[in-house]
Amino acid sequence: MKKTYKIEVDCANCANLMEEAAKKVEGVASCTVNFMALKMIVEFAEGADEKAVMKNVVKACKKVEDDCEIYV
Amino acid sequence: MTKKQKKVLIRIIISTVLLAVLMILEKTGILEKLPFSRWTSLGLFLIPYLVIGYDILKKAGKGIIKGRMLDECFLMAVATIGAFALSEYEEGAAVMLFYQIGELFQSVAVGKSRKNISDLMDIRPDYANKEVDGSIEKVDPDEVSIGDIIVVQPGEKVPLDGKVLSGNSSLDTKALTGESVPRSIKEGEEIISGCINLTGVLRIEVTKEFGESTVSKILELVENASSRKSKSENFISKFARVYTPVVCFGALALAILPPVIRLLMHAAEGPMWSTWVLRGLTFLVISCPCALVISIPLSFFAGIGAASHAGILVKGSNYLERLANTQIAVFDKTGTITKGEFEVSGVHHNEREDEEILRLAAYAECASSHPIAVSLRKHYGKEIDRSLVEDYEEISGEGITAKIEGKTVAVGNEKLMRRIGAEAIPCNHVGTIVHIAIEGSYAGHILIADGIKEGSKEAIEHLKKIGVRDLVMLTGDAKSVGEAVAKEVGMTDVHTELMPGDKVSEVEKLMTGKTVKETLLFVGDGINDAPVLTRADVGVAMGALGSDAAIEAADVVLMDDDLRKLVTGIQISKKTLRIVYENIALALLIKLACLGLGALGFANMWWAIFADVGVMILAVCNSIRALRVPKIK
Repeated sequence: MKKTYKIEVDCANCANLMEEAAKKVEGVASCTVNFMALKMIVEFAEGADEKAVMKNVVKACKKVEDDCEIYV
Repeated sequence: MTKKQKKVLIRIIISTVLLAVLMILEKTGILEKLPFSRWTSLGLFLIPYLVIGYDILKKAGKGIIKGRMLDECFLMAVATIGAFALSEYEEGAAVMLFYQIGELFQSVAVGKSRKNISDLMDIRPDYANKEVDGSIEKVDPDEVSIGDIIVVQPGEKVPLDGKVLSGNSSLDTKALTGESVPRSIKEGEEIISGCINLTGVLRIEVTKEFGESTVSKILELVENASSRKSKSENFISKFARVYTPVVCFGALALAILPPVIRLLMHAAEGPMWSTWVLRGLTFLVISCPCALVISIPLSFFAGIGAASHAGILVKGSNYLERLANTQIAVFDKTGTITKGEFEVSGVHHNEREDEEILRLAAYAECASSHPIAVSLRKHYGKEIDRSLVEDYEEISGEGITAKIEGKTVAVGNEKLMRRIGAEAIPCNHVGTIVHIAIEGSYAGHILIADGIKEGSKEAIEHLKKIGVRDLVMLTGDAKSVGEAVAKEVGMTDVHTELMPGDKVSEVEKLMTGKTVKETLLFVGDGINDAPVLTRADVGVAMGALGSDAAIEAADVVLMDDDLRKLVTGIQISKKTLRIVYENIALALLIKLACLGLGALGFANMWWAIFADVGVMILAVCNSIRALRVPKIK
């Protein structure tokens, strides 16, 4: 399943870092961060609990770039 | 401006004022008269520095802890702290200040173009008026399901795809197609979401859920477009990955090697550590690759935005980039170059009135669903009284014979004429010929042709002018028809009588005959040509409003039927790329020049600031130009 989230982040490089971080979270099959549109598109793995996964995604992103926001 | 940007702006103002005051004090020599002048002025200059730079220092510190050195913040922190350590307080604070100004500027510019583009694509409906038990409720478009009835008032956006149950109106499709002439719509017709209802109230039966509706598909496509990175973008990020460490080590070498050599050689003035370290720091500031890293994706983003404003959806920066280098353009005929609808274009060799011939033909074809029959009936336009038609007989592959008002009428091709013994007169025009015989004697023929679309010829001319070398038309149609159309619009080559699979192999043949850099474009209407669309470098589907298959398969979608949009698309692409190259050249030239001057000691910290922030501002301003759609000349 694919879902799109609105994000807030200041620089293109930070957006790339968020993408890398989110990809490593368990339950995320793939992730694309679009800095220009300020969107994060997350594809969840089969049977993953979307809410729990997103919690971890937010945590992982905050870790690499604490100046970011994901509107779950 | 967002809250965050305003906060930075306030910090910039405070810090600028403080720094200006301190510089005046220094120039007038007041600072020197203060007790412990060196330490006092350090303390005083640290105030504007920390006001403007505390977050950068914090980020740089975090970067070091996480083992992620060599990012922008780190470069800035090292350069400015270094300047302070060398008692260049003014420069240290100023570099940080200008860096922040540049960052703010960039963030405002990005935000502005983001807004521009979302305004251009302002098609997302906020609500739908759902009819529930005769009364109307305002609901979220997501909550409407298939089969529900919605009402769209004049001035409102059509929220979901559907079919008009009642009402006549005209629709503004500008946001979807870039076309400013309104389209009319009436009962029974399909309606697509994203248009604006202009004149009458429409009752619509919803045929697609919101997520599947045209508007959602288009928004999704445009928003995801910049996720597919172009070669230039990939090049720059790779370049930055190599460039940044190289320059950092260069700066380090510049700061350490010359003094060490001087030390070893016992130079007269001593090692001159501070001069060389300062040069190293200048080097660092100049080197910051931000002008490139930000301006190139921004240019593509703006180019894609401009294209969607013109009714051209580009699915990724990579496709926008490839479009510029189009050398070979391959076209499908039906629906792309021609209208894809058969129309009666003339009645020849007849003694009776044209009207009468057409009437008889339409009556004879009253029960057939063949496209030719449909076009005959459409052209006749009046109601057909089927009770007048007797003894209807369809002869497969030949035509129809029937008794109309007591007369035997045969309508069909030459074979049918031969069968009934009438002598058919061949037509010297291109198209499908329908012969008619009345009571066994020849009465003339009707020419039915698929008309060339308005603008096709002009578009082909323009394509040649902007440097497309080969213009090839592929068609499944007969040789005579295909070649005539190709000649009419000015194609350089044509292949006719192709099966759908042959089109793929023709395109593959053309692909092998070109260099990797050249782009092969395929333009089709998205029906039956999905395999070719995917095979070509760039697949363009046109007139795709509401056709999911075409939007799915193509890389570029022309929202309306106009082939001239393709020219606009290529021009937008060329302009965007020109801006990208300008920015790369500008940034690299100025930076390299300043790096050279800096290493030799001619460029000081102020030059460095210009090379960093100034270049970035210039590059961003230049990028924003890509938002404007170039006119076809």
